[in-house]
Amino acid sequence: MTGWQTLLYKEVLRFWKVSFQTVAAPVLTALLYLLIFGHVLSDRVKVYDHISYTSFLVPGLVMMSVLQNSFANSSSSLIQSKITGNLVFVLLTPLSHWSWFVAYVGASVTRGLCVGLGVFIITVWFTHVGFAAPLWIVVFAVLGAGILGSLGVVAGLWAEKFDQMAAFQNFIIVPMTFLSGVFYSIHSLPPFWQQVSHLNPFFYMIDGFRYGFFGVSDVSPWLSLAIVGSAMAVVGSIAVHLLRIGYKIRG
Amino acid sequence: MPAVSFQSVTKNYSTARGSFQALDRVSFDIEDGEFFGLLGPNGAGKTTLISILAGLVRATSGRVVVRGHEVQGDYAAARRALGVVPQELVFDPFFTVREALRIQSGYFGVKNNEAWIDELLASLGLADKANANMRQLSGGMKRRVLVAQALVHRPPVIVLDEPTAGVDVELRQTLWQFIARLNREGHTVLLTTHYLEEAEALCSRIAMLKTGHVVALERTSDLLKAASTNVLRFKLDGPLPREFEGKASVTGRIVQLPAHDAHEIEQHLAIIREAGLRVEDVEIRKPDLEDVFIDVMSAERREGVTA
Repeated sequence: MTGWQTLLYKEVLRFWKVSFQTVAAPVLTALLYLLIFGHVLSDRVKVYDHISYTSFLVPGLVMMSVLQNSFANSSSSLIQSKITGNLVFVLLTPLSHWSWFVAYVGASVTRGLCVGLGVFIITVWFTHVGFAAPLWIVVFAVLGAGILGSLGVVAGLWAEKFDQMAAFQNFIIVPMTFLSGVFYSIHSLPPFWQQVSHLNPFFYMIDGFRYGFFGVSDVSPWLSLAIVGSAMAVVGSIAVHLLRIGYKIRG
Repeated sequence: MPAVSFQSVTKNYSTARGSFQALDRVSFDIEDGEFFGLLGPNGAGKTTLISILAGLVRATSGRVVVRGHEVQGDYAAARRALGVVPQELVFDPFFTVREALRIQSGYFGVKNNEAWIDELLASLGLADKANANMRQLSGGMKRRVLVAQALVHRPPVIVLDEPTAGVDVELRQTLWQFIARLNREGHTVLLTTHYLEEAEALCSRIAMLKTGHVVALERTSDLLKAASTNVLRFKLDGPLPREFEGKASVTGRIVQLPAHDAHEIEQHLAIIREAGLRVEDVEIRKPDLEDVFIDVMSAERREGVTA
């Protein structure tokens, strides 16, 4: 293995060794959401005419799990290594900032997709979900995981304490995923909140992803792709830049 | 070409209380194959200098070159040439000893490294811990793994930042035998330590740092030769006579006094006799590195000491 492949392997091994916590637990959480919300709301909410609420919920839950776990992987790995000091083992190596980026984000995407696949396999038992445009599913899943993995790198470099990391996760990442249309179509919202939702990039990740299953969405998947692709470019550039200058990791 | 070249390295830190200068135009070279000691009290800048060498910290000005590779501009080649044992006892709790060593090899792109990993494990007394998780190891064992991790890519230049701090006698001997062997085989070694007898025994040349300045840079033998004074050492049962204050170094009952000649020795003993004190185990010995170190550190800063 070359240097960046080793770092990617190490980062994957890191979460895989504690997969109960990093993979199984989020799958169970998503299943609980499906059972509870699906049960409570299935008779009251109708989003699209030919799709049951439970079916509508599945892609949203899958994508939410992909996003949250991709973020959690790179951010928690970096903050733990910084606080325990073992990041020095990577800092002493000849690995370039691009190697760091590919390895940390690559491992995040891997974990995000593992959890997403797990959530899909479990939840699809309870309802029927189609595959109207499979390529869109893959593209949005990978891009969404990549954006959140990159954001996790940024947060992991920035945070100096677990408390700051928890704030980033609970006050930014979680609200933005919950308010992005996982549990509802934004067309059900008052006009003002529809406008606000259009400013949330997470909305486009989930809307585009859902299009891949049902062939219908709130906005055109091409618009979503443009916005999600741009977000990847912006967040990825910031992460690469911070790694290049050694932000908060090289004195 | 020197193994390591420090060229006017300066490091300023900005703190809440203003700017702090950790290193001030530090310049010296370490030749290929040398066993070099970097000494100085806590806060002298040793670890900052080593961190700049390793690329963990950037110099405010000046440059550091490792075997022709500048540590910032040509960092990949410089880091390939370096094996750094960090001072802090850090470890990755997710992995076993062997996994940690395989991963560290991989970062440097070293393939099929099992034979060398086995040799490192055996030489450092870690063979029976190869499959133990890092968390299960004692402090001394973790220190050995740190050394093995630094050496896993066979670096020509080995940097040890206080590797024997808080380490038992057995490990120190194992470690020094192994490092001395690597040095005989051609590896350059840069060592910082607070154990001056270790530095005296191992290092052929020594630099002393004080508040960010090089205050001595000489062959170890020359440093010892230059110390003109002998040392009068005895055990004292009673309070230290006032005449000795500021001159004597005292460790419990043991008192050590510089003494240039027989006349000065007589004077010291006369003071003790007049004070009505008893002494035991009197001996006169040659100065060691500790005496030189105390002498250099207590002297006013000598201007213009350079390579």
